Amino acid sequence: MNEGSKKTIRTLCFAVLGMFTFSFALVPLYNVFCEVTGLNGKIELRATNVKNIEIDNGRDVSVQFVSHNNEEMPWTFKPSEDNIQIKTGKYHTATFYVKNTTNKRMVAQAIPSVAPSNAAAHLKKLECFCFEQQELAPGEDALLPVRLIFDDELPSSINSVVLSYTIFDVTDYNDVEFTQHHNDDHHHDDSHHDGHEMEPSI
Amino acid sequence: MSAVIESHNHDDHHHGPAKGLTRWLYTTNHKDIGSLYLWFSFAMFLIGGAMALVIRAELFQPGMQIVEPEFYNQMLTLHGLIMVFGAVMPAFVGLANWLVPMMVGAPDMALPRMNNLSFWILPFAFFILLSSLFMEGGAPNFGWTFYAPLSTTYAPPSVTFFIFAVHIMGASSIMGSINVIVTIMNMRAPGMTLMKMPLFVWSWLITAYLLIAVMPVLAGAVTMMLMDIHFGTSFFNAAGGGDPVLFQHIFWFFGHPEVYIMILPAFGIASHIIETFSRKQLFGYASMVWAMASIAILSFVVWAHHMFTVGLPLAAELFFMWATMLIAVPTGVKVFNWVTTMFKGSITYETPMLFAIAFVVLFTIGGFSGLMLAITPADFQYHDTYFVVAHFHYVLVPGSIFSIMAAVYYWIPKWTGNMYDERLGKLHFWLSFVGVNVTFFPQHWIGLAGMPRRIPDYALQFADWNMISSVGAFLFGASQILFLFIVLKTVMGGKKATPEVWEGSRGLEWTVESPAPYHTFTTPPKVS
Amino acid sequence: MFRKATTSVNKTLLSGLITLFSSNMFAAWDDLNMTEGVTAISKEVFDLHMLIFWICVVIGLVVFGIMFYSMFAFTKKKNPSPASFHENTKLELAWTVVPFLILVFMAIPASNTLTKIYDDTEGDINIQVVGYQWKWQYKYLEDDIDFFQNLTTDWDEIYNKTPKGEFYLEEVDEAVVIPVGKKIRFLITANDVIHSWWMPDFAIKQDAIPGFINTAWTIVDEPGTYRGKCTELCGKNHGFMPVVVKVVPQDEYDAWVKEKKEAAFRMAELTEKEWSVSELTERGEGVYLKNCVACHQVNGQGITGIFPKLAGSDIVLNDKARNIEILMEGVQGAAMQSFANQLSEVDMASVITYTRQAWGNADNGDGEIVVPKDIVEYKKPKV
Repeated sequence: MNEGSKKTIRTLCFAVLGMFTFSFALVPLYNVFCEVTGLNGKIELRATNVKNIEIDNGRDVSVQFVSHNNEEMPWTFKPSEDNIQIKTGKYHTATFYVKNTTNKRMVAQAIPSVAPSNAAAHLKKLECFCFEQQELAPGEDALLPVRLIFDDELPSSINSVVLSYTIFDVTDYNDVEFTQHHNDDHHHDDSHHDGHEMEPSI
Repeated sequence: MSAVIESHNHDDHHHGPAKGLTRWLYTTNHKDIGSLYLWFSFAMFLIGGAMALVIRAELFQPGMQIVEPEFYNQMLTLHGLIMVFGAVMPAFVGLANWLVPMMVGAPDMALPRMNNLSFWILPFAFFILLSSLFMEGGAPNFGWTFYAPLSTTYAPPSVTFFIFAVHIMGASSIMGSINVIVTIMNMRAPGMTLMKMPLFVWSWLITAYLLIAVMPVLAGAVTMMLMDIHFGTSFFNAAGGGDPVLFQHIFWFFGHPEVYIMILPAFGIASHIIETFSRKQLFGYASMVWAMASIAILSFVVWAHHMFTVGLPLAAELFFMWATMLIAVPTGVKVFNWVTTMFKGSITYETPMLFAIAFVVLFTIGGFSGLMLAITPADFQYHDTYFVVAHFHYVLVPGSIFSIMAAVYYWIPKWTGNMYDERLGKLHFWLSFVGVNVTFFPQHWIGLAGMPRRIPDYALQFADWNMISSVGAFLFGASQILFLFIVLKTVMGGKKATPEVWEGSRGLEWTVESPAPYHTFTTPPKVS
Repeated sequence: MFRKATTSVNKTLLSGLITLFSSNMFAAWDDLNMTEGVTAISKEVFDLHMLIFWICVVIGLVVFGIMFYSMFAFTKKKNPSPASFHENTKLELAWTVVPFLILVFMAIPASNTLTKIYDDTEGDINIQVVGYQWKWQYKYLEDDIDFFQNLTTDWDEIYNKTPKGEFYLEEVDEAVVIPVGKKIRFLITANDVIHSWWMPDFAIKQDAIPGFINTAWTIVDEPGTYRGKCTELCGKNHGFMPVVVKVVPQDEYDAWVKEKKEAAFRMAELTEKEWSVSELTERGEGVYLKNCVACHQVNGQGITGIFPKLAGSDIVLNDKARNIEILMEGVQGAAMQSFANQLSEVDMASVITYTRQAWGNADNGDGEIVVPKDIVEYKKPKV
């Protein structure tokens, strides 16, 4: 085989490995791309470290809170207020009521989502119950806070935002580290929520 | 372009094919491997086709008559997987194997043993995939596009075997592409510059680069699925901070170039056949090359047109709409060039030409529905309906599949030394042509009228055209049995073919005898 | 930016062309075409569709015309000496630039319409739409109305045992009711896998993605009943979860809201009432036929190896506590989901009672029935 062929083969093999790595790199790249272009529909699951975004004469924004229990997970979960009027540049604290209505200890994860998607980049949170998994004993309830602010760069066409939280039952999940600070007393469960298998009998 | 004709001598360092069945297991000969791929793909085409007939039989009338919804979803999933990965792609690889070395004047592919491996892992992969039908929970049932979380959290246990099979198919394609690129870049006969290469070779060079770029991304996507299912990661699981839409981005980053992988070699084939049977040099060779290259490059930046309804930001939707519309320009150039080749030519209508002409017309119709789909606000009404099903079946069936059939009719005299039966060939063509149109044209209307895709049963207003579509499907399916008969008959005998076979044929493959000797161009021809 | 690009002359020309091309010249072919719909946006979308369609038809006629002409005029017989030209740069340039310009011509109105669709401001009425396997749930956020929307077509019709009704596979137990002329905003998400909410008459299609929210809006001009579908493969019964929206005049809507609120109040009262076995069983049968039959079958036999049978089942006969627990919690790792959020206490108690009474179970089991208060009790936190 001539040298040219060997060289081409080597290059192509590197290309294959490169593209495989690229596909995994797409995961963080997805977020980087969203941030850089400002086409960011994803909400950070971390407390903001942006300072000095408070201003005094912001404009009105109405925020609608929406909640959903994924897969009928059995907690009570609802916003204390469905709809609030706030001003850009000012922090506001909203709360969500949760209650574990079962007789087992459970762990939940709330995942936020915002519409319109171009509002997400301007929504900053100092505190949010979605930053951490929430564990509740049987019958325990809680009022969970989220301290949020819309910065002044929120596009002027947006004067109404929907902030939705979906709550998931993660009691059986392995630890998922995606926040800056997480609970230290994890549940080191080994069973993972596998695909729904058919059971032949009750 | 003149060529030195290789004389058919039994040189002592060349042997004919080995004897016995193990010849096929161990062969490193590109002609043998080409035949293996082609027969494999034909078998898969018939199996995938049988599944399509199960689908069309169920959709013949409203109501559930034949299968249960769970099984129906398995059929539609496997039908897609088998046709894409088992029929169309291996057929094109088989054609590449047979033709590329001869067309560039090379004695074989660059890596003959890897060539053998690339083929033989395919039956293994499809055995795994098909056996999933008998596993507990059944075969994959989440569509050939396997979106998460339906394909992760909610998948049957066979999903793991599905992932394994996809990895193997991907490895086969990647190895095949490496072989094609190295052969084309390093083993062309002296004097054959890139811009003197036959267009089928160009089409495969570009296709092979696309495969190298995107098959590893598919491998990444299914690996991430595997990790989500078995290793507790959350790539696509919102609960863990992941995103089901990320799956779609990664999948379609592979998926869109994939559909061009399935059509570019068809473009190459059409160019050869139309040139030969018009007895006139192909119009605009250089533009044809640039058009294929542009299509390939553009194919990387349009993936999200499969995702217009997931909730992308407006700027993204606009970008993908415009980029997708742009692909119509180089594609149109190719169609115009084919037509101009025929204009003022001297045309005869043998079976390959019939298939090639039907390809141009019907693929263009598929292209028109593709242009309609590109218009985002209109796509909100088309997406996930039978309008999309009609579109992609037009570009894939009278598109890719017709081009493969055209290629078989065109080159089988070179492969076997025998002419196929022209009357039977024409019959096969007309039955297929009518069948394909009766099956898929009404699906445009059904989709516009509001029928979603991937459903086993439908509301009453869709009944009439579904019945007609199903009749067409059975006609088309039955015609392929005729095709099988024609191919077998030709392999076994027929009017003897000359080296050039067709008046007006151009290219190195037509300078060797028919059937082509087991080893051709052991000394490279000179190309001017 | 697109508005700046079109001068008023161009706008007139454009809208004139669109009107010309969008006129549905083949009225008899209405069944075969996309619906014009009942909103300003849906009509714009229809017009776009027709514009692109006719442009494609014209291009097709020209190109295929030349091709078919060549096929007849330049056969080997008629033209034994083929021409020898094989390139022409000017021509190639022309048929690169002209299609590009046609595309720009199409892209302008398309971009305009898309921009309008993305106008995402607050609605007069906000409805959260949640896709489930295999039904839709709607929550009217202002009025606190919450209900599920299930297919009501009988499985006997689907399995060809009885004739199919007019709205086969397009009928539901509860339509989404909205008023004419008001801006309705839909907040769309999913409970399990990805679904997609499609209303062709409103030209709305948005995927329902678990954990994420998508929005869509509409202002409907004409009252009527409009039917849509789920348009993302979501499992076994993807084809069996239609959408029905009823658009009514404002006063009818107000009356409906009032009635729903009163119904919620009455449901609370029902929970407190003392029920008889036959009342529960009768109600429970209706609940069973709507929610359970697809898997456990009308005769309670299930499907061997896949869906357990309830007739003669040990849990149904002898284990009231586990029976309630299964319906309230679902079964981990199996297809049996929790019905706690989908069934009221009354419906939950009645369907469990029905299964404990039906198919001879009444004679073979411990005879225990379940009343709504049992479910209320179950829901209370246990310490």
